[in-house]
Amino acid sequence: MSTEVAFEQIFGRPESLKTNPTHYCPGCGHSVAHRLVAECLDEMGLREKTIGVPPVGCAVLAYNYFNFDMVEAPHGRALAVATGIKRVHPDKFVLSYQGDGDLAAIGTAETIHSGNRGERISTIFINNAIYGMTGGQMAPTTLLGQTATTAQAGRDARLHGSPIDISRMLAVCDGVVYVERCSLTSIKQIRRAKKAIKKSYQCQLDDLGFSIVELLSPCPTNWKVSPKAAWAWVNDEMTKTYPLGVIKDTTGYEDKK
Amino acid sequence: MPSEKMLMIGSHVVAEAAVRAGCRYYFGYPITPQNELPEYLSARLLEVGGTFIQGESEVSSINMVLGASAVGARTMTSSSSPGVSLKQEGISYMAGMELPGVIINMMRGGPGLGNIAPSAADYFQATRGGAHGDYRTPVLAPAGGQELVDLTFVAFDLADKYRTPVMLLGDGLMGQVMEPVIFPDFIDLKDLPEKDWIVDGCEGREPRALFSMFLGQQGELYQHNLHLQEKYDKITAEEMRWETNCPDDAEMVVVAYGTAARIAESAIEELEAEDLRLGLFRPITLWPFPKPALRELSKKVPKVAVFEFSLGQMVEDVIFSVGERAEIYFHGLPGGIIPTPADVADFLRSAAKGDGKVGRRIDV
Repeated sequence: MSTEVAFEQIFGRPESLKTNPTHYCPGCGHSVAHRLVAECLDEMGLREKTIGVPPVGCAVLAYNYFNFDMVEAPHGRALAVATGIKRVHPDKFVLSYQGDGDLAAIGTAETIHSGNRGERISTIFINNAIYGMTGGQMAPTTLLGQTATTAQAGRDARLHGSPIDISRMLAVCDGVVYVERCSLTSIKQIRRAKKAIKKSYQCQLDDLGFSIVELLSPCPTNWKVSPKAAWAWVNDEMTKTYPLGVIKDTTGYEDKK
Repeated sequence: MPSEKMLMIGSHVVAEAAVRAGCRYYFGYPITPQNELPEYLSARLLEVGGTFIQGESEVSSINMVLGASAVGARTMTSSSSPGVSLKQEGISYMAGMELPGVIINMMRGGPGLGNIAPSAADYFQATRGGAHGDYRTPVLAPAGGQELVDLTFVAFDLADKYRTPVMLLGDGLMGQVMEPVIFPDFIDLKDLPEKDWIVDGCEGREPRALFSMFLGQQGELYQHNLHLQEKYDKITAEEMRWETNCPDDAEMVVVAYGTAARIAESAIEELEAEDLRLGLFRPITLWPFPKPALRELSKKVPKVAVFEFSLGQMVEDVIFSVGERAEIYFHGLPGGIIPTPADVADFLRSAAKGDGKVGRRIDV
């Protein structure tokens, strides 16, 4: 009887991720999102030509975790910084990774206008309906009735305005070719998110225009619930305000197939 | 080949000089009185294979500059006072991230919307950092004409040499006045020193990150600030620029920069006929302010007369430089008024007599 056993590694850390442990809380969606972003870069052979722009917010230290070139941006300005980068190096792959406060509050102008110019940039938008890094304040995407440290009785439409759906706002801009919303709270949706991210990358490689993948993401710490309950809340509540699926697709990719 | 002698307005002069200095990426937002600059570049950059973007705001424009700089380009933005206020956040980040870039400010009257007439009331903002944090921005103050060409080249060179944003501080008048200039030949971007710090994709090397945040508990931010300060000390030691035109027997030296210096020059000429022996000291770098040169001069000349297009900003640097070595007189006009040489001559006559009729004696 032979004692030799052949091992084949079938799962590991993507090259686009460093080995540094992250500072993200248990149950946070950022770790999953980071992994998806990295896996897609690896699988499409993009790591060495990628320049990423992280947000100000929980993912501000993303350059400690992503194993490719990155440039910090002031709060909300990631897509302006990314625009400058892409215009100088149209042959490189430019990625912005932003939270809801960064992308949909302080950076709304940069977001809408980069999309409208059709900047050849892929944007990963993490929507967790709360300000995480600063400790649970109301976000532009906070749901009606959801409590936050600056909306302690819950978000009220009359007082705070309703949650903003910036992905749908982007979809009306001609320069935006692909918008899809996925969640990070079921295996099926995580797989769906990975496909969406790859498609967004492809839009840039094919010089089609601006694309964005919105990822509904759990924040157990600031929602003050367990990770499991946070997943359930995304699936049961967040998706009512932010329905999952393709919001805009003028890529023609499906048609080709 | 250098150009023929050309007659152009100041805003066009700066724009053409920037292109010849290797700038291929411009990002800006319209504001009077400097719109001729982006208008010129919107067409010119296309001719030379560059990129012009009219940003959705001054805020986004400076951040596009930040991005273009981070990946190695010579890049610039321009605006006028209220717009430059909006750019300050980005300038602070660029200082912290050590990113080169050129910011043109064709100053107008303030505060607030003020008006669209020339002013020089942004001296404090330009020379004291401008936004949050311990940083300085080198500030070049041309007096119009050929100097707009020459200092635009200097601005890009200083920015790259020290990895810092650099401001060219003109005013609305300078941007509109037509003067003859000669442009040097286009620089060859390949002749510039290689930037070994940029992020352009990590092919064949370890990934890099450019950032201004230092959260470490080992004094990382402290060390970063000391490093920046070392750079500012070096700039102070090596990059001061000024022009002195002062007879040995001058009884008073006028200190003025930019357009104010041009007007003062005419006033000084006018007063020669009245046997007033006057000199002119013109700071060209406002930061670093040429303190040692002015200090030396004030040991020989008994009076210093400061004239500004503001109600008294640069005068503070003059006081720091001169101290009690000479009597200091000040006359300033707020933005929106263009003084004549005759106005300045009245001040200089009054200062020479010490009668306090125009301007005032500074009690140091």
